[in-house]
Amino acid sequence: MTTIAREPFRFVTQVVQIELTGLKARTVAELLEHLRVVPPSVIHQHTHRFVSDHQFLSPEPPNDFAYWVTDILGERRLGEQLAAVDIVRFRSIETLRTAIIDILERYLSGASTVRPAPEGTEFHLMKAVTFVLPTPYEAATLEAFVHCLKKVSIHSLYHHMFEARLRLEREQNDFSAWFARSLGETDLAKAVAMLDPYTQTMEGLRRRVARLVEQRLREPSR
Amino acid sequence: MIRFDDYVPVVGEAVTDELRLLADRLHGTTVCHVNSTPVGGGVAEILTRMVPLLNQLGVPTDWQVIKGGDRFYAATKKFHNALHGVSQEITEDDFAVYRSTQEDNLAQLNLNSDIVFVHDPQPAGLVARKAALGNRWIWRCHIDLSNPDPRVWTFLAPLVEQYDATVFSAPAFARRLGVRQVLIAPSIDPLSNKNRDLPPETIDAVLTRLDIPRDKPLITQVSRFDRLKDPIGVIEAFRLARAYVDGRLLLVGGSADDDPEGKQVLAEVRERVAGADDVLVLELPPTSHVEINAIQRASTVILQKSLKEGFGLTVSEALWKGKPVIAGAVGGIPLQITHRHTGILTHSVEGTAYWIKQLINEPDYARRLGENGREHVREHFLLTRHLRDYLLLFLSLNYPGEDFICL
Repeated sequence: MTTIAREPFRFVTQVVQIELTGLKARTVAELLEHLRVVPPSVIHQHTHRFVSDHQFLSPEPPNDFAYWVTDILGERRLGEQLAAVDIVRFRSIETLRTAIIDILERYLSGASTVRPAPEGTEFHLMKAVTFVLPTPYEAATLEAFVHCLKKVSIHSLYHHMFEARLRLEREQNDFSAWFARSLGETDLAKAVAMLDPYTQTMEGLRRRVARLVEQRLREPSR
Repeated sequence: MIRFDDYVPVVGEAVTDELRLLADRLHGTTVCHVNSTPVGGGVAEILTRMVPLLNQLGVPTDWQVIKGGDRFYAATKKFHNALHGVSQEITEDDFAVYRSTQEDNLAQLNLNSDIVFVHDPQPAGLVARKAALGNRWIWRCHIDLSNPDPRVWTFLAPLVEQYDATVFSAPAFARRLGVRQVLIAPSIDPLSNKNRDLPPETIDAVLTRLDIPRDKPLITQVSRFDRLKDPIGVIEAFRLARAYVDGRLLLVGGSADDDPEGKQVLAEVRERVAGADDVLVLELPPTSHVEINAIQRASTVILQKSLKEGFGLTVSEALWKGKPVIAGAVGGIPLQITHRHTGILTHSVEGTAYWIKQLINEPDYARRLGENGREHVREHFLLTRHLRDYLLLFLSLNYPGEDFICL
């Protein structure tokens, strides 16, 4: 029997405008100094840009810092450490900022030479201004949810899976929250919450979430 | 007539729906673009398409062009070069004619729209009327201001700082300013003759007509014969790669008849390739959009080995055709190519040769780069993304200082 949610899930979407801060770094040390003081939206932009920009690529590349340090400065070891920052485990931008700063500080304390980026390849710090918009998609059942999930843009998916947790500092992604709170689907909520959204493309993530919901819909206990 | 709905098959309904939603949120806000020329150049080309699309989306948009005499255009040409960091002899008279031309235009133009969107330095001084009109003003800088002549910048900066927001095409082109600086890259139009899909018969016909054999993979650079596009470096890179791969180099550029330096560069190019049957040099008239499109589509690898570049939109044009592109890491090119993900960035003749060899010998990798490059352009460098950025920019004027906005 189809369960009707206490509250429908309203899909929203988001679009991002990029603002320049006018700050740029030529070395790891300069980058570190800037990262200590920039607004959280700058950290968010550079740790999440690749997720939304390169959604069609395989998991790499992970974040702007790792890309710049590896491909421009040629510091592969530091690049690896930055790429390995497990963004999914952070509950706020500030804790993420601290983790990145720690890695840079450790590197600088042991580095014998600090190589500058060639002219024209400096790291430009930018911030993301996010606009959240409603969409026409709304679901009161799991069946309707899957239908909408397959229709919405990847920016909508991105908002509900990423933005909800890290930028809005909600406990979990919006989908899991709705499954548990409005439908009592706690197992499904957990299964979706366990997905690491950072190690797959946005389309891959959409398929995984849809598959989990469809599996639940096929279960005889429903 | 350009139609908004024609973009649906190219970018998908989700994108066009999003644009409609954003436009609705502007509730009829009126916009007036102001620039210095109705035709020719990238700004006019973009406005020709952007203005009708904004109107079709329900954002009443007008486009006005300032008028100036020869002395004004001579002065602003000098300003333009000086802002690019090229030394110029600038007199007080140049500044005076700039000021008086702004005054003359203020008497003629209707700038009463809710938002006045001024392009480039030529009409920047119109902002003097802002306080009296009480509307919002945006200045879009299409040029690289990273290393400007201090005298011209000192003159221009106080004007720029009166705007509500400024727009730059690449982070490296901007300067630290006391006003918001928004990053909006230029774009290509996927429906223009330069970029639209072409049937194989058209591609074949163009190549036959231009006498371009297809017996070997074509490695192509399309750009004017200019030292900054490094055509000699391209030939050297091809020669180095040629020892390991069988291909044909195609250098395609505009006619250099009215450009003395271009003529000289072309002569050097021709001299360098004299007698080589694996290099073709082609001069095409500036209207050869379909021809360039066909040549790019017939190529195996596309080069843009620039030594200095503005934004370098030719890279997006090549990527849009799904081709692997090897390009110099200068100007706006690194924004369009993420090295080894959406294309290849190089810094030398040897690096270019190495990657020509790799891409010809590894067609699967080359194909993947091309596919990623095309998707990257679809997401970031098409006219629809440009349109979205403009709509967001207009909306953001209502939320100064906020970075999370629920509409």
